[in-house]
Amino acid sequence: MIDFARNHFELLGLPARYAIDVRALEDAYRTLQRAVHPDRHAASDDATRRLSLQAASRVNEAYRTLADPVERARYLLSLKGVDAFDESDTALAFDFLERQLDRRERAELAATARDEPALESLLGEVRREAAATESVVAALLDSQGALPEARERLRELKFLDRLAGDVDAMLAEAGP
Amino acid sequence: MALMQIAEPDEARAHRPRRRAIGIDLGTTNSLVGTVRDDGIAIVLPDADGRTLVPSIVHYGASGVAAGYDAVAAQTADPQNTIVSVKRLMGRGLSDLADARRFPYRFVDAPGMVRIGTRDGEKSPVEVSADILRALRERAEIALGGPVDAAVVTVPAYFDDAQRQATKDAARLAGLPVLRLLNEPTAAAVAYGLDHGIEGTYAVYDLGGGTFDISILRLTRGVFEVLATNGDSALGGDDFDHRVFCWILEAAKVSPPSPEDTRLLLLRAREAKEMLTGHEAAPIVATLSTGQRIDLSLTAAMFSEITRTLIEKTLAPTRRALRDAGLEPTDLDGVVLVGGATRMREVRRAVAGFFGQAPLTNLNPDEVVALGAAMQANALAGNRGRDDDWLLLDVIPLSLGLETIGGLAEKIVPRNATLPVTRAQDFTTWRDGQTAMAIHVVQGERERVDDCRSLARFELRGIPPMVAGAARIRVTFQVDADGLLSVSAREQETGVEASIAVKPSYGLSDDEIARMLRDSFEHAANDMAARALAEARVEADHVAMATQGALASDGDLLAADERTAIDAALARVRSARDGADAAAVRRAVEDLNRATIEFATRRMDRGVRQALAGRAIDTLA
Repeated sequence: MIDFARNHFELLGLPARYAIDVRALEDAYRTLQRAVHPDRHAASDDATRRLSLQAASRVNEAYRTLADPVERARYLLSLKGVDAFDESDTALAFDFLERQLDRRERAELAATARDEPALESLLGEVRREAAATESVVAALLDSQGALPEARERLRELKFLDRLAGDVDAMLAEAGP
Repeated sequence: MALMQIAEPDEARAHRPRRRAIGIDLGTTNSLVGTVRDDGIAIVLPDADGRTLVPSIVHYGASGVAAGYDAVAAQTADPQNTIVSVKRLMGRGLSDLADARRFPYRFVDAPGMVRIGTRDGEKSPVEVSADILRALRERAEIALGGPVDAAVVTVPAYFDDAQRQATKDAARLAGLPVLRLLNEPTAAAVAYGLDHGIEGTYAVYDLGGGTFDISILRLTRGVFEVLATNGDSALGGDDFDHRVFCWILEAAKVSPPSPEDTRLLLLRAREAKEMLTGHEAAPIVATLSTGQRIDLSLTAAMFSEITRTLIEKTLAPTRRALRDAGLEPTDLDGVVLVGGATRMREVRRAVAGFFGQAPLTNLNPDEVVALGAAMQANALAGNRGRDDDWLLLDVIPLSLGLETIGGLAEKIVPRNATLPVTRAQDFTTWRDGQTAMAIHVVQGERERVDDCRSLARFELRGIPPMVAGAARIRVTFQVDADGLLSVSAREQETGVEASIAVKPSYGLSDDEIARMLRDSFEHAANDMAARALAEARVEADHVAMATQGALASDGDLLAADERTAIDAALARVRSARDGADAAAVRRAVEDLNRATIEFATRRMDRGVRQALAGRAIDTLA
């Protein structure tokens, strides 16, 4: 059975680092599911079917975590004993917060005015900053090993992701 | 890609007899049953007259129950005892039916699911569906020459847990061995994808008689991965008929019609709708029981006008599904149309406009779901051929969560999570000395539990008294490959546990199923004991065969004494199987299942290792 002590990277046969080969990840995921998925064991005995359900759930969880940039970074930090989203420390840099609050305000105004181009350009802005932040997180995690700073940048990345999601939803509302 | 054979070597497969596997499309308007022939071709099974459809209609008549074509005429003659579109009632309470007055039935409000008063007593939608499924099972048994070994039944992708559970209950009630519930758009993608050998990202737009689904799938080397799904489980061709019906009432100034006249005009409405797929106008002619004669002509332009908002209602879920998949309409490699209602020109135009490409229509929108279900049933039953190495990865359509303080829903499993999925979340007590916790499981996307569907309530009792916030209660949600949920709760310090398969508040209890099965056997004057023995033998043969195959391919994983124990348990199953005691057969099967737990564990481990090793070789090549 899948060894539950193995971490997600080991399970999928990938090096435990932030920079990830997406194709290798997807290939490993599909290959593992071909082996363990309940549909491959529907004609088997009870015990095998139960194991297959557990194993396939575990593989799905590993893939979901590693495929998502924020979750992958959070998971890497947790392997190193750092809880990225520990609620006792939720501080973000002042200038970062100020910039995002300003954007949110602009987004809400644009949404009220159903100003799609303004929302589009705002969404692009947020996504560009998220992409830049992701490269910083990647460098911090993979080459420099500066965990406290990686943690702070990751929290910013999560904030930006959520903001992008919200603006995207406003855009959908403002659309036809 | 060359993959290692982990299930069993070819020689073990070669002398295994094919199992009778069927796929069933249980539709709102029509149902179908399909199978895969020995030569690997999937077909829909016709009746003696060559008709492939089974109208989803059941008539509870004075002389007995009739389903399918035999019930069609009764629709207008005896509308209150002739149930059509029962799929819209599955897993629904009376309060869920915004359009209850549209049906000419005597509804009875019952906890969980509405019931219908008929000449034959009160019927649950599950029982009515079982009568349709029984007709399909009988058709399959005649065509295949014996009892069905494995069935896959399709459901709309957007069906919630209550609707899925109701469908599974109906299939059990009809005596079908259900291996899987399969989402209709996914079934269509399998049939279409395997037939045409396509790769890439596709949308399946499935507008049936009473339900709408949109699924976005990625096809990569035989893996069908659903990226997102959305829909409306109360929107379909029926609603277009109803718009036409309302137009008739207005245009011909009909006062509120009787149930018989309602059914008659709905039929005329449907005929007009179908005619308009190829004509610019359709006549609507009828004589009502009041003597009023109706003689109208519905133009295509008027039809478009009165149904425009229904088509718009399909585009909002389509946008949501694309957004969840992170795609734009123009990112897709193709759009597949499924469901009879996609024959409407208005639908085709709207879909083409939305996606910026003409939809793929080179398939039969009525049959493709049943064909895909048949392929899946065939594969699950173990009849896979060498080139049949495909896999489906489907998702849950609606988020699952728990009620928390203030009537808010806390999401535990988000929509579009790939199945199977297990998620846990920790909760705590909020009062000092609190010894019990009420757990309310809900499904839906809204913030407030009142706006979500309530699936189950249960209590975790026996929590030792602690100060508020000290207890750690872990609630675990597990959703299996059918999309069905089970929930368990455990206090982490003391290990106090409670668990529930999410059934009692909406599905039927096992006792109820047993009672209904008993009733139906009495109806059919069937011998229950003989049936139980036959079922136990099928299960015994199946488990014995699975074990034998496993021993042939992976017997080297066992030490000599372990092998002896399994061989002995296997021998006991075989001898019990030839006896006449159903309970003894079941006991021997359970013993064999227990004896093989450790073996199964080692085999799964080997499978994982070989899969990854296979990949490493593959990558090098």
